[in-house]
Amino acid sequence: MSSGNSTDDGVTGEQATRSAGDRAVVRDAVGVGLAVGLSGFAFGVTAAGAGLSTVQACAMSLLIFTGASQFALVGALAAGGGPFTAAAGALFLGVRNAFYGLRLATVLRLPRALLPAAAHWVIDETSAVALAQPGRRRSRIGFTVTGACVFAVWNLTTLAGCLGAEALGDTARWGLDAAGPAVFLALLAPMLRGGAERATAGLAVVLGLALLPVLPAGVPVLAAAAAAPLVLLLAGVVGLRGKRRAD
Amino acid sequence: MGVWIAVGVTALGCYATKLLGLCVPQGLLDRPWVQRFAALLPVALLAALVGQQGFADGTDVVLDARAAGLGAAVVALLARAPFLLVVAVAVGVTAGLRMLVG
Repeated sequence: MSSGNSTDDGVTGEQATRSAGDRAVVRDAVGVGLAVGLSGFAFGVTAAGAGLSTVQACAMSLLIFTGASQFALVGALAAGGGPFTAAAGALFLGVRNAFYGLRLATVLRLPRALLPAAAHWVIDETSAVALAQPGRRRSRIGFTVTGACVFAVWNLTTLAGCLGAEALGDTARWGLDAAGPAVFLALLAPMLRGGAERATAGLAVVLGLALLPVLPAGVPVLAAAAAAPLVLLLAGVVGLRGKRRAD
Repeated sequence: MGVWIAVGVTALGCYATKLLGLCVPQGLLDRPWVQRFAALLPVALLAALVGQQGFADGTDVVLDARAAGLGAAVVALLARAPFLLVVAVAVGVTAGLRMLVG
């Protein structure tokens, strides 16, 4: 685009760049919506395999609408956990959404009246797309389009997964009981960049499995969450020592 | 009934958590140790869930077809396979092994 002699050229140029940018955000948002929303199928199948009804699984996708928490809830219920124990694990996993919200609030600057509606869409995918955009306008487009796409596809594929599982019969025979842990593994893998993260993950696995015979169903996973503060505490102690030595 | 209670509590709690983040004043959650803790909490929970759903049978720790499926998923992750392929590999290997063993 030339620097433009007349103001008209400048305005059209700006508009062209702006709409090209807008289109790119929409493309990204739809792509994320389709790709991630498809794991809703795995959720529907897992929920059905765990003995939940289609209505229950669909209600979860509509009302809870945060994937990892939903998988955790289904897993905990299938393992025989009580409703509150199962919900506690799912809620712990949902805590990260509060931190997404914190960052989104400063980027999107939504009017107060819109916050209650926008809150339902504050999840991994919408945050990833919205926070990656330059400027408020594109962040808002990214958040809205990703939210709408993921919500639509996630709910439709949950239903499809439930119906599909019914047609398949015994879901374990098809290896579908491995879908839940594989989803968690795939979510976990990109988080394991640093030593603290790896130590936390390792300690949590050991704690969770070691406590299985001692605690009621569902509680070992909650107790394993203690790995996070334990590693932080240890890292703090080691860090302090390192600092003192450096002094 | 228990399932509906769990769904209701989780739905309300998760919504409140999301709304809290949007509404809370800056700086309250913006402390380094809170951020560190919030980043490590899902790591601990997801790892514990992988362990429990991949290697537990009731209160026993077992190595069965699921473990092989997860092993294959690790290989897929190391090869930078996309999310759905990772899950598909885990499911496929688990099902295949069960079919072979009977």
